[in-house]
Amino acid sequence: MTSTQIAVTALGAVAIAWVLWYFLYSRNPAVAATTGASGVQEVRVTVKGGYTPDTIVVQSGKPVRLQFYRDETADCSERVVFEKFGIDQQLPPFQTTTIEFTPEQPGEYPFRCGMNMLKGLLVVEPPGERRAASSPHKFHNAAPRP
Amino acid sequence: MSKTRIVLPIEGMTCASCAATVQEALAGASGVTSAGVNFATNKAAIEYDSAQTNVGQLIKTVREAGYNCGKATVTFGIVDLHYAPSVAPLEQSLSKVNGVIRAVANQATETATVDYVPGVVGAEDLERAVTAAGFEVAEPIAAEDPLERERIARRREVRALTWKFVVAALVTIVAMLGSMLLMADRPMGENGTMKQVDLLGRLLMPLAVSLRDWIAARGWVLDLDWIKWGLAGLTLPVVAWSGQQFYKGTWSGLRHRTADMNTLIGVGTGAAYLYSLVATAAPTFFLRAGLPADVYFEAVAAIIALVLLGRLLEARAKGRTSEAIRRLAALRAKSAHVIRDRQETDIPVEAVVVGDMVIVKPGEKVPVDGIVTEGGSAVNEAMLTGEPMPVGKKPGDEVIGGTLNTTGSITFRATRVGKETALGQIVQLVEDAQATKAPIQKLADRVAGVFVPVVIALAIAAFLAWFDLGPAPQVRALVFATVAFVTVLIIACPCALGLATPTAILVGTGKAAEYGILIRSGEALERLANARTVLLDKTGTITEGKPTVTHIVTAKKPDGTPISPADVLRWAASVEQRSEHPLAVAILKAAQDKQVSLLPVEKFAAMEGRGVRGTVDRRIIEVISLRHARERSLELGSLGGDADRLAAQGRSPVICVVNNTVYAVIAISDPIKPTSKTAIQLLKKRGIPVIMVSGDSRKGAEAVAGEVGIDEVLAEVLPSQKADLVKKLQRQNGGAHIVMVGDGINDAPALAQADVGIAIGTGTDIAMEASDVTLIRGDLRAVFTAIELARRTMRTIRWNLIWAFGYNVLLIPVAAGVLYPVTGWLLSPVLASAAMAWSSLSVVLNSLTLRAFKTPGAASHALLPQN
Repeated sequence: MTSTQIAVTALGAVAIAWVLWYFLYSRNPAVAATTGASGVQEVRVTVKGGYTPDTIVVQSGKPVRLQFYRDETADCSERVVFEKFGIDQQLPPFQTTTIEFTPEQPGEYPFRCGMNMLKGLLVVEPPGERRAASSPHKFHNAAPRP
Repeated sequence: MSKTRIVLPIEGMTCASCAATVQEALAGASGVTSAGVNFATNKAAIEYDSAQTNVGQLIKTVREAGYNCGKATVTFGIVDLHYAPSVAPLEQSLSKVNGVIRAVANQATETATVDYVPGVVGAEDLERAVTAAGFEVAEPIAAEDPLERERIARRREVRALTWKFVVAALVTIVAMLGSMLLMADRPMGENGTMKQVDLLGRLLMPLAVSLRDWIAARGWVLDLDWIKWGLAGLTLPVVAWSGQQFYKGTWSGLRHRTADMNTLIGVGTGAAYLYSLVATAAPTFFLRAGLPADVYFEAVAAIIALVLLGRLLEARAKGRTSEAIRRLAALRAKSAHVIRDRQETDIPVEAVVVGDMVIVKPGEKVPVDGIVTEGGSAVNEAMLTGEPMPVGKKPGDEVIGGTLNTTGSITFRATRVGKETALGQIVQLVEDAQATKAPIQKLADRVAGVFVPVVIALAIAAFLAWFDLGPAPQVRALVFATVAFVTVLIIACPCALGLATPTAILVGTGKAAEYGILIRSGEALERLANARTVLLDKTGTITEGKPTVTHIVTAKKPDGTPISPADVLRWAASVEQRSEHPLAVAILKAAQDKQVSLLPVEKFAAMEGRGVRGTVDRRIIEVISLRHARERSLELGSLGGDADRLAAQGRSPVICVVNNTVYAVIAISDPIKPTSKTAIQLLKKRGIPVIMVSGDSRKGAEAVAGEVGIDEVLAEVLPSQKADLVKKLQRQNGGAHIVMVGDGINDAPALAQADVGIAIGTGTDIAMEASDVTLIRGDLRAVFTAIELARRTMRTIRWNLIWAFGYNVLLIPVAAGVLYPVTGWLLSPVLASAAMAWSSLSVVLNSLTLRAFKTPGAASHALLPQN
């Protein structure tokens, strides 16, 4: 093998690893739900070639209201599926579709489109806790140095 | 004073007292003559004097009461508004439209923005107002209706796609010629171009050579470098415009960390184009190795053209998959005559609201569901009930939207409109079902989830394999590697996997609806296809379910004189007037026909499966089953023999007991539907065992079974036992799929227990039945049609999936070039794109073959004419 071949092969192997990691395992920054006066945790999700945001943080035991606005006619995003919650909802184009449920158990619940190509993650945290990684204020609550 | 009526959608009402608050606020507002707020529909119907108040004020009133009113905004272009002296007339004209809150025109942008109440204002109203003010809209207004917006969006998409395809196709033809000249320039063999090697190149090489000779014969001299630059320029618009969506999609996918079809095409063509640009700009790199600097501009154009063509054809074919729904929806009337302001006005059917008085003239379709208040006519309801004879309608009778009025004229009060109507429910149910998935799709879904990233990884692996192991020199290996990389990306087709199940379900459930069969979900369809045994309820399923009294045999009084049948009928009917059992209905009808007057009943009690009891005229009257009479050891005398004889004839004998003494046997028989026998024969011929279940006596049930050709009868089963019976059968048959057919109300638990519950509908209350399948009409042959259609649909899905999986599994390695060392075959990227486009199209076309589905007897229970 020439040195070019070794270099190209190494680069290619890295590229393969990156493609698989990027599309199958990595996630965009999380967005925490805002809780309204009624105690319902609300998040608006725009559906266009994917879910924006695609990682949503909510607290367990409180009702969650996700509002999906589908801003395209592409067939891929026609449905959204939350398998663990038994939700399989059609999203008509250019409309906001509301999905409501109450996650009882903390944990990570993936959601996806009907064809399993678009993906999102619902992170359910125990009430009163903020996940450090997803919170932009993670240092604010740090204990003051002695 | 000008009275105006408007219906406003109210948001935020959570209970009936909210509705009361809104109603009070509206009624108290100045200029409002009446206001009614319906909590269930979230609507406020308001009558007001348009000289004193306006919609904006009304909405403010609603807001001040603490609730919200649905508001929508639309912006549309106005032709030449820039040159108009003033926008005031346009704004005024738009503001005058009933339901418009605010209208603002902008001369700089030549647009008008209108705030309006959704559901009240239509696009046409706004367009009319624009025309009335002397202007012209630049494009049809996309009204608030999302369906309309979707339709317009799709139409635009198809039009844009068509143009993009035309440009790409024209460029492809020219680029192909140019590329053939480049190809022919080199002799084949060691130092030949890579293009001569792949499958398409081998095909084109003789053509290319004759083209070169033809040009040489004319003495023209071509500069190959200029041809390359020319091709680069020519292909640029195809990449930048025709193929734009692929790159946009790739980018958006990257941001969302998802990869789809666009990623594959985008990366594939992008890599090919960039590589070709480099080869054109810096050919020395290749020439130094003694190789021609191959360019793939024509391949880029051809891939984009073919994929666009595939999408176009697919969009068309997909449009046809939901044809059934459109045909069903077209059964509706388009407009209605309603009485508004004491005048008859014609309005679109969408604008009819509950409570409207609707007039139907001879020969017209009934627009919505309602109750007749005036007039009389006969209405042909064959569409829903299959009853060929028109049904008489008088005040108090129900009429159904979509049915056809014959000769009379009627006025009715609308009770259900839009999606609430029977026809609307049918359409809604089918649409909902079409949106569901069959479990068979699960595997395809799992594969689709990882498909594209895996294909990209495979493409890179193919590149590396060629680069490291390909033919020397290394530059040549690089060309092979690049081509393999692009070809793998282009040939992979996740779309075929994704389309395999949904398109077949779309066509299958739509076809079923055309035959009057409503299948609730993809899962129900899949289970129906696996039906092994069919359980039929007797009453109302095999028979008409309209029992009639045929005999009344009475006992003798102690003095030897016979008891009067009229007395027996009076007592029995008086007790039964509180019951809803089909036999009770028969007895009541007999009393009505014989004009026997009924007496009040006290202490009424229904004994499930046994009969009823009550006190009439200070006598304890019981109407009970023969079985129960024997259980209680009541003295039947000669009536016992009569009862047995009647039962053997297939009639249901009931015993009328007065003060614990048997007075009479009333024989009731329920005529068998004329189509039941054929239906059962069809099922048996298909190898599906049929079992009859009945609550009636064994003899009666056996008589009916014998007549329709059923060998296995389970008689004297109480309604509550039917579900257990289904469970028992499921166990006995080792989990084989049991189909239960019955009416949706009495048999509901058994229908739910069965693997597939088929409810025989009554035509109107479709949504009430919570079964897997609903037959709009009572024709039993529809059970056979449903099973056959489900099997055909599942077969189509299976073939689609085999094709989609097989295609990818076989052709991706070929595209990567695994056959090259063995047979010397190398797929060209152009052929790959053709295969890809064909692959997803063929899946849709295969699903469309379901439209031609036919089965014996099906045409006669179809809602829509079958060709």
